[in-house]
Amino acid sequence: MNRTGGTGGKAVPAAAGGVGAVLVLGATSGIGRHIAHELAKRGYRLVLAGRTRQEVEGVSADIGIRYGTAVQTEVFDALAVDLHESLVRRVSEAEGGMEGVVLTFGLLGDQAIAVRDFAHAREIIDVNYTGAVSVLTHAANLLEARGRGFILAVTSVAGDRGRQSNYVYGSAKGALSLFLQGLRNRLHPRGVRVLTVKPGVVDTRMTYGRSGSRLMARQEHVAKRIVRALERGRDVAYVPGFWRPIMFVIRTIPERLFKRLRL
Amino acid sequence: MTLRSDRGGNGPRPVRQRLSGWGRNPVVETDVYRPETGRDLREAILACARAVPRGLGRSYGDASLNAGGGTLLSTRLDRMLAFDAESGVVDCEAGVSIGDLLDCFLPRGLMPAVLPGTRRVTVGGAVACDIHGKNHHMDGTFARHVLGLEVLLASGERVWCDRADNVELFRATVGGMGLTGMITRIRLRLQPVTSAYVAVDHDRVGHLDEALSLFDESDREYRFSVAWLDAVARGRSLGRSVLMRGNPLPQEALAGRAATAPLEAAEPRILKVPCDLPSGLLNRPTIRLFNESYYRLRRGRSRDVVTPLNSFFFPLDRIGRWNRLYGRRGLVQYQFVVPYEGGRDALVRVLEEVVAAGRGSFLAVLKRFGEFPPEGLLSFPTPGYTLALDFPKGPGLEDLLARLDRVVVGHGGRVYLAKDDRLGPDRFRVMYPEVRRWREAKRAVDPRNRFSSELSRRLGLEA
Repeated sequence: MNRTGGTGGKAVPAAAGGVGAVLVLGATSGIGRHIAHELAKRGYRLVLAGRTRQEVEGVSADIGIRYGTAVQTEVFDALAVDLHESLVRRVSEAEGGMEGVVLTFGLLGDQAIAVRDFAHAREIIDVNYTGAVSVLTHAANLLEARGRGFILAVTSVAGDRGRQSNYVYGSAKGALSLFLQGLRNRLHPRGVRVLTVKPGVVDTRMTYGRSGSRLMARQEHVAKRIVRALERGRDVAYVPGFWRPIMFVIRTIPERLFKRLRL
Repeated sequence: MTLRSDRGGNGPRPVRQRLSGWGRNPVVETDVYRPETGRDLREAILACARAVPRGLGRSYGDASLNAGGGTLLSTRLDRMLAFDAESGVVDCEAGVSIGDLLDCFLPRGLMPAVLPGTRRVTVGGAVACDIHGKNHHMDGTFARHVLGLEVLLASGERVWCDRADNVELFRATVGGMGLTGMITRIRLRLQPVTSAYVAVDHDRVGHLDEALSLFDESDREYRFSVAWLDAVARGRSLGRSVLMRGNPLPQEALAGRAATAPLEAAEPRILKVPCDLPSGLLNRPTIRLFNESYYRLRRGRSRDVVTPLNSFFFPLDRIGRWNRLYGRRGLVQYQFVVPYEGGRDALVRVLEEVVAAGRGSFLAVLKRFGEFPPEGLLSFPTPGYTLALDFPKGPGLEDLLARLDRVVVGHGGRVYLAKDDRLGPDRFRVMYPEVRRWREAKRAVDPRNRFSSELSRRLGLEA
């Protein structure tokens, strides 16, 4: 499918895989927004979903103007699990069906509060894990029936090992990585790809103002790498790539040593 | 029912940073907010006792500085909001840059009518300073092509203003240095263009008078006009310059590779100045050397040189962070306008003062402003000649600039606030007689001066 005119003068390349739409959950987040831009540049049809309708519509209008692609908007809240099935169904029953689902929502929260106040810990878990499982359940079933497509979910390097500084968030993201791993195993014979993306520290709204990390990556770069990993059919992508060896080392440190560290 | 508690701080969080303007000095400590949504912005404004909007920080002085207060970055509020292909009108957020607009719309044969000297300026900043380009004599200022604005006020209220509605707010916000509120939406009319190239005529002249007469004789034949001036040359060579004047090249006139991709603006390779050069490296002898070579390297006269858009409009963008050439001490840009009547004398006096003070200026740019009514109460351009001079900061500069102020005021001119960081409030009031009306408009929307900056406090731009 080639497009001409109104898309920046260059023909947008045919979206790999066909005419289905890509549902981006958490499209108002920095990473989600930039992934949506990258997908739009490649000609994918998009359905953008986020908590605040006005903000999602803003992101959609921006993409529509910049790339001339068709963008629809939906409201999505990770905690409103009762509404997840109808949302996914709506997208997959629309013309062209659903080609893929991208999960970029999350809640970093505050570890210090979560440790003392279970309500906050529960919120972190519910947004990052429960909400994701809910929407993935419906998406996986529909894609499985379709026999094609992809699921892309952003977890975190924090999910690779429990560290004293953010294990509530880390455990929720880690649980999601594990869930996606199982999903990948289940869906592989059905022709549905599952990509787990583990960003390191990214310069986002969530991390702005937190004790600085010199390893902070820019949202735009992270998004470009993520979409490239998708196109290359990767299973698990660390973004930027240098986090892979770092986390390898972190994962292999023996527990009796790691428990003494203050990472 | 809110499904999300606000525990865990999802609200705006500032980062304490040290910021300066493009001149690198002064540096102030401020709490920087980087809102990503309208709600973030509103919360940040309500959280600050005093705040100043800031875009890409290209104003030279203290317009976007707020020591001990808040700074509101517009850079992540950078979305296109609406676009009508038929009328060429785009609505966008204040953090969209001129470069963004070009990347997005030039391939569609549209571009902003007024372009500043760098792509790295936000549309919000362009309106707040009511910037001009190389075509003021034909197209006026940036705000002339702005159809309306939405402003987020100190009260948290959003108000739409244009030339029919809330007119005083519109006229106080245009050129208002961010002091009426934060611009959240700008409606801009783009102009059609058929190629990313300009046909440029170069003329090298030996004296200021020749430059001025060439300007006066033939500027009407050129859409774009600017002169680089040697501000170190003296006596018979006072104000010797290289005029660069051009017109957009229509697609049909392109040849070769350019003809196959007429609207593709070639991105030149950028050389970055990696660190601060020692202050004082740019001193009179080195500047003199540069000016001499630059002047001599140009041939006397060229006609219809096909020049890509990025090279003609944004020559300095090729050197990333060029302000580092001035070291930590930084630079000042003194830009002023004097009316045509007596303007030549004013320019001569200014140049003589500069030469006499032995202060080199290697970037001196001369343009003409056309007859357009000001869009904003504090808009800088008035019909006349405008000269911009870059000086390395150092001892004695303040005295020189005070002397230049006297010349400028004596000839009924004014200084450009977007470049300024040292003008005094009394001189300012003489230069900008509309400030009283501006202050009334400011009182109406921000009586407690919640939007306030180093510049506003210095110049008395308060309610």
